[in-house]
Amino acid sequence: MNSTSLRRAAGLLLAGSLSLAAVACSQADETGAAAGGKVTISVNGQPPQTQPFDRKVFDEDVAEFEAANPDIDIEPHEGFMDPKTFSAKLAGGQLEDVFYAYFTDPANLIARKQAADITDYVKDVPHYDAIRQELRDVFSKDGKVYGVPTANYSMGLLYNRALFTQAGLNPDQPPKTWDEVREAAKKITALGDGKVGFAEYSKNNQGGWHFTAWMYSVGGQVARQDGDKWVADFNNDKGREALQHLKDMRWADNTMGEKQLLVIEDVQQMMGAGQLGMYLAAPDNVPTLVNQFKGDYANYGLTGIPDGEGTLIGGEGYMLNPKATPEKIKAGLKWVQWKFLNPDRFEKNLQRYKDQGQPIGLPVPPVADVWTGDIAAKQAQLKESLATVPVANFKSYVDATPKGRIEPPNAQQVYAILDNVMQAVLTNRDADISLLLADAEAKVNPVLAQVK
Amino acid sequence: MRRRVAENLTAYGFLSAALICFAVFSWYPIARGAVLGFQQVDFVTEPTWVGWENFERLFADPLFATAWRNTLLFTALALVFGFVVPFLLAVVLNELRHFKGYFRLIVYLPVMLPPVVAALIWKWMYDPGPGLLNSALRGLGLEGAAWLDSADTSMLSLVIVATWANLGTATLIYLAALQSIPGDLYEAAELDGAGVLRRLWHVTVPQTRFVLLVLLLLQVVATMQVFTEPYVMTGGGPEDSTVTVLLLLYRYAFYYNDFGTASALSLLLLLVLGAFTALYLRVTRKADV
Repeated sequence: MNSTSLRRAAGLLLAGSLSLAAVACSQADETGAAAGGKVTISVNGQPPQTQPFDRKVFDEDVAEFEAANPDIDIEPHEGFMDPKTFSAKLAGGQLEDVFYAYFTDPANLIARKQAADITDYVKDVPHYDAIRQELRDVFSKDGKVYGVPTANYSMGLLYNRALFTQAGLNPDQPPKTWDEVREAAKKITALGDGKVGFAEYSKNNQGGWHFTAWMYSVGGQVARQDGDKWVADFNNDKGREALQHLKDMRWADNTMGEKQLLVIEDVQQMMGAGQLGMYLAAPDNVPTLVNQFKGDYANYGLTGIPDGEGTLIGGEGYMLNPKATPEKIKAGLKWVQWKFLNPDRFEKNLQRYKDQGQPIGLPVPPVADVWTGDIAAKQAQLKESLATVPVANFKSYVDATPKGRIEPPNAQQVYAILDNVMQAVLTNRDADISLLLADAEAKVNPVLAQVK
Repeated sequence: MRRRVAENLTAYGFLSAALICFAVFSWYPIARGAVLGFQQVDFVTEPTWVGWENFERLFADPLFATAWRNTLLFTALALVFGFVVPFLLAVVLNELRHFKGYFRLIVYLPVMLPPVVAALIWKWMYDPGPGLLNSALRGLGLEGAAWLDSADTSMLSLVIVATWANLGTATLIYLAALQSIPGDLYEAAELDGAGVLRRLWHVTVPQTRFVLLVLLLLQVVATMQVFTEPYVMTGGGPEDSTVTVLLLLYRYAFYYNDFGTASALSLLLLLVLGAFTALYLRVTRKADV
């Protein structure tokens, strides 16, 4: 072999091996179905290594489930639904067989046929009928079912009991109306030293999300059905009332701090650092404040949403990959029911959390608050008997029962537009509320017109 | 002839690794993106051809005009700051007699910070309450500014961050150009009685004109793709004052999962940037001759 042909051979070999590698990559991971009668299902929702306790619980559950179901093999994937990567995973064939979805997403996923129709399979899921109807509806369309809810929250008012006491407020009698919130915020801000009475989000769609909560709290809504189409429903007295209140707190009372364009992490940090009096939140914020921001359960209280005319409910559930086989769908639903919707495991789960020093008694998982009837009663009774946190601090939230309203259709797009309204009120002293609402209505209506 | 074919084949064999990488990771996504701009996709069923529908949706979106206006404003402001400041800095650095290396390192340091980290540091500095900038202003007896929290100042605040983050690279390129100017030109100018400003105007600027022009075009192309600063620091707010084309594109793709419209927008951006790139190529080709 002379040197030219040697070089040529080496070049071709290199090219050939690279081509092969490319082909091999593109063909990876198409297997995993039935091998020896065993069904392998990939599921997401495995907590990251940075949350060792939750991770351990999840992995233990996988092992226990596999032992009880030798014909099912679970392949856990770390992480939850990330709307940013969802489509890429679906397009690349990397989407899990059983995947997590926030309440904001099922409507769009169903419309785009990105979730499997499980109507025929869900009939065999034990206790499915005992799940609250409005939560089941989130995952259903035209009488067909595309997923199951596994947890939900409703928005309330989270407050700092220590700051309440310092400001001369009674932490056992938290504000019930927006006017009372305003008065409490003034007293907390008057403590000085950078204390902020009330904080609100206004960035990354979270402003629109909380504006929706405000609207519900005063008895309004963001979108309503008009015949067979949806239209905006916030450019009215309710919308003006909500925004005027926010504007007064920001500019007339000066109780919302200087810094705006906040998102949930900013506000949690302020609350965790003991600098914030109140914010709108779901109960799952409390463990976050304690675990990530070194807070103390005794310092936080949760009460029903101010005015209480309605409250925003959200949550999560699981859906099935539209390309999953019937065997995988059956196995996937079995896992979801066993892990998340299993009244037989309530006591064991709560005890397990309690034994490891985790909080019991907060209105949050480990056992999801999605039930009606006997199961709901059984769960409440178990939680009370095993409580480890000051349950009384959260009693007024549990006792408040405003009407739960789900998020508007095409929620993320609507929220992006409403962010702007919140930003204007919070950053512009001269913001014209009526003009802002009219402008947002003109932008939201075309978005709602796309709802199928 | 056979020998030439054989040699070429070998060359292509070695080139194939790079060609395959480019084809898979650059050319295919670009071509696919261009096609997507005319399609509706759900990644489950086959994409449907929708013609100009995605573009029509874009033109009907009130944010479309806002995003272009904001991007052009950002580009214009970034040029005023990002073009002039590094040039002046390079002139000063070039005049230094001592600690040259030390000052060059100081100027280049911000470039080494990951952009998101830089944005987060500045977010803290801009905090209208206890932030560094307002604390300093108050210390001087001045009133603090709203920085990111006002639609009037938000864009300028982002431009300052971007300029600060990219200052080092531009300065070093200018510095290299300045150092290639023959010293005898300055000596001759000095003998003719030219002061600092006249030397700058009559020697430095003409001698670095080509580098200045190339960097200007490169900066236009780079700054029109601004994304990190508004994404991390303002999310496009307040009141849409910092929604840029790329941020809008990102929203279409990842908030609304409308990849067709996002691709249509990226095509439009490609056209605009393509015009600038063509200009850049023309300029550089002229210089080669």
